[in-house]
Amino acid sequence: MAMNFHQSAIKTRFAVRFVQAMKRLNKRRGVTTTDSYKRYRATRAAACASMASAVGPQRAWSRAVLSKTKRRRFQAISRKRRLINPRRNLGFGQEEDLRGLVPGGKGMEYCSLLSETAHYIRCLQAQIQVMTDILHHSSSLN
Amino acid sequence: MSSRRSRSRHSGSSRITDDQINDLVSKLQQLLPEMHSRRSDKKSATKVLQETCNYIRSLHREVDDLSERLSELLENADTTQADLIRSLIMQ
Repeated sequence: MAMNFHQSAIKTRFAVRFVQAMKRLNKRRGVTTTDSYKRYRATRAAACASMASAVGPQRAWSRAVLSKTKRRRFQAISRKRRLINPRRNLGFGQEEDLRGLVPGGKGMEYCSLLSETAHYIRCLQAQIQVMTDILHHSSSLN
Repeated sequence: MSSRRSRSRHSGSSRITDDQINDLVSKLQQLLPEMHSRRSDKKSATKVLQETCNYIRSLHREVDDLSERLSELLENADTTQADLIRSLIMQ
């Protein structure tokens, strides 16, 4: 439950994964450049998956993201979790809103929703920082 | 053995206390940019949750925007990966 957040390690892992994903997208140039919206969607998805992958499967929110992309591998874990943590608190209003915003939030009990939200926010902040750095770096090269 | 443990989960240890929730809510509050600055007044949990939702939405929009700008780079720039990562790690 403690917030030991290895921000710099997560940032580095995210940067490596995201740049690799961008590189792969770049190789598929023919497919991705024809449609700018498709290219944007692919980049957005890569950013999301790279962040979850940098965090690893020990967090509920990252597990929820990973289970979408690597369904087969993580299905067993997430199903088990859902059995252990039944929807104890369905919530309403703000809480329900929050459940819709945090990946996997719908199946969490209230306490883990709060701690997963805190972790998720810090990851989004780190993600934004790294993506801004990449953008600045790339535009300084051009 | 493991099944027995999971069956007895209702009793005692897994009970959530108000203190635990208050602690988590205040941790959340510290992450919010607007609420962090005027931390003197303690906000209600509902207010914190509302601000949290707004903040997550704004972070999502920022990631959307950055993704769009980065995807535009895909077509022209061909930066070398090693160089890019090296510069990121140095910071």
